[in-house]
Amino acid sequence: MTIGLFIPCYIDQLYPHVGQATVAIIERLGYEVGFPEGQTCCGQPMSNSGYAAMGDDLIRTFSKLFESYEHIVSPSASCLLHLKEKLEARHDPLAHRIHELTEFLHDIVPADRVSRLNAQFPHRVGLHQSCHGLRGLGLARPSECMITDFSKPARLLAAVQGLELVPLDRPDECCGFGGTFAVFEPDVSVAMGRDRIQDHLSHGAEFITSTDMSCLMHLGGLMGRSGARAKAIHIAEILASQPLRS
Amino acid sequence: MTSAKPASDHAAAAHEFLRDPARAAWHDQTLWMVRMKRDRVAARVPEWEQLREAASQIKEHTLSRLAHYLEEFTAKAEANGIQVHWARDGDEHNRIVLDILQKRGARHLVKSKSMLTEECHLNAHLQAHGVEVIDTDLGERIVQLDQKPPSHIVMPAIHLQRKEVGDIFHEHLGTPAGLDDAQALTEAARQHLRGHFLQADAALTGVNFAIAETGGFVVCTNEGNADMGAHLAPVHIACMGIEKLIPKQEHLGVFIRLLARSATGQPSTVFTSHFVRPHPGQEMHIVLVDNGRSRQLSRPDFRKSLACIRCAACFNTCPVYRRSGGYSYSYFIAGPIGSILAPNVDGARHASMPFASTLCGSCTAVCPVKIDIHGQLLKWRQEITQEGHAPKLKKIAMRLTAFAFAHPWLYRTGGWFMRKFLPLVNLLKLDPWTRHRDLPSAPPQSFGAWYRNKNKSQKP
Repeated sequence: MTIGLFIPCYIDQLYPHVGQATVAIIERLGYEVGFPEGQTCCGQPMSNSGYAAMGDDLIRTFSKLFESYEHIVSPSASCLLHLKEKLEARHDPLAHRIHELTEFLHDIVPADRVSRLNAQFPHRVGLHQSCHGLRGLGLARPSECMITDFSKPARLLAAVQGLELVPLDRPDECCGFGGTFAVFEPDVSVAMGRDRIQDHLSHGAEFITSTDMSCLMHLGGLMGRSGARAKAIHIAEILASQPLRS
Repeated sequence: MTSAKPASDHAAAAHEFLRDPARAAWHDQTLWMVRMKRDRVAARVPEWEQLREAASQIKEHTLSRLAHYLEEFTAKAEANGIQVHWARDGDEHNRIVLDILQKRGARHLVKSKSMLTEECHLNAHLQAHGVEVIDTDLGERIVQLDQKPPSHIVMPAIHLQRKEVGDIFHEHLGTPAGLDDAQALTEAARQHLRGHFLQADAALTGVNFAIAETGGFVVCTNEGNADMGAHLAPVHIACMGIEKLIPKQEHLGVFIRLLARSATGQPSTVFTSHFVRPHPGQEMHIVLVDNGRSRQLSRPDFRKSLACIRCAACFNTCPVYRRSGGYSYSYFIAGPIGSILAPNVDGARHASMPFASTLCGSCTAVCPVKIDIHGQLLKWRQEITQEGHAPKLKKIAMRLTAFAFAHPWLYRTGGWFMRKFLPLVNLLKLDPWTRHRDLPSAPPQSFGAWYRNKNKSQKP
């Protein structure tokens, strides 16, 4: 089976290693990767800013580029949610064939294959729930919802050898990135980000991970500026980490 | 409807609020504790999510035949001896209330909590006509003495610390300077308000729920002030937005179980008062107010906002509200729900409110009547830009971005240039991003370039 890979614009340009880790994971599971040329952005920045129509062409292009794939995977919950909503509005069947990476690993790939990943990451890690993954894609139980507890990303992380997931005071508060919000409301955005980081640091996290690189761009940027001890790392990088050969 | 008045910008107001980080942190933590209390009591109700669904459906049904239920309610209320008035807008509402008071020669009005009268600016109108208006809800009385509007629809003075309440009471009620004991301050307010209750010749209350089937209405309070006012005064005026209706008495339990738990984390409010008919010798009036609600009802994308029961759970959970305060929003209802109600009233004036959100969706998940608040925020953004209320520069920037994304060669070239200039941007720290945050160090090549090379080397 060949898996279509959608790499959002900012991962393509700024975080190629997250795309590379995603390729490594998919190949390690025994699937082939297809990366159609001509993909750029999901269109969320325009929609978020109030110009959703400017992104319509991008959805049409996406639909054309990926229509031949049975499953399409992306390491970005937020971009994927936007695509899903836009495709659903167009009654495009692709809406049900696109998956965020951890959702793909948890829901689609057979468990015995997932165990082939054999990831090892001997560190204390804080899981930052991206809001769009959490409430939009339903990757975990939002703390507001009185339903049975679950978390797909946390379950995958629990299987990583040596990894210790740290508890948080506020398990799923927003980091304050919010797309263009980060630029047009910088004060609130930064205050939210700093509070999030403090929660992770106070519980001894060495790394903050997430299903969304955009949250991590914001949190990582704040930590970089303040010289914080912890580092931001995408969940694909953790799931792709291999035991050191002795 | 639009206004020529420039909108007050949420980002600028939030900037001011956050200039005192310690106070902002206190505000955030105070409201977060309310959210946690809500979580704890909601978790104790096994059918919580079913209750939300039931409430949502009852409200949707009611809104789908609002005219029918309004007529039924009016007929029943009138049969019970209540006088029912209809107000098209805030001005008409204020005229009706003043007229009722003037007919009785009433000069002293005690009011329990009513956001609707804030919406209509009733106090100023009555005071201009020589009527003394005393807000009797403790929080509302505090902000009234301070000559400020409520900063939160359930906890009007939540932005004030105890010491500041002491200062306000010292200035207006003559309590000793520096008094900051909660019990002593509350006792001072009780003694002060008691006099006004006894002197009042009319009482005004809000309405939490009006029941079409019975023509009665329900007022939920924690302090008993609504009851004290309504039972002592010879005239009781209840003011309500037309969306407060529910069809049947049996529906009430669904909402009563949700309201206080969502609002303050209490199993129920201390008082849940049912008013059906005036007691002998008393006049009872209900003023039904539209003031833009029919217009909102006519907007398919936004009509569900009228299901709101004003619990403010969306305020308490909103990470932006907690870190910017109620006064950073340009509308008298702040927070997420205010941000989807305000543009219906005046799109230009409140243009920044739907953008004062990260769209995290916690408001939608916490809402006891399942209003898709964050979805409506996103939809209002589209309306606001289409009506031309967004900054021109933003539109140009978005058009250029969209153009580049639509042309992969341009995107690749632009991406290359951006990566080359990244270190400089990081160094200058001139833009809103790098002023507080580093940008990532630029990788030598994009993922796309890496992938193309990888494939070339794999396929000889």
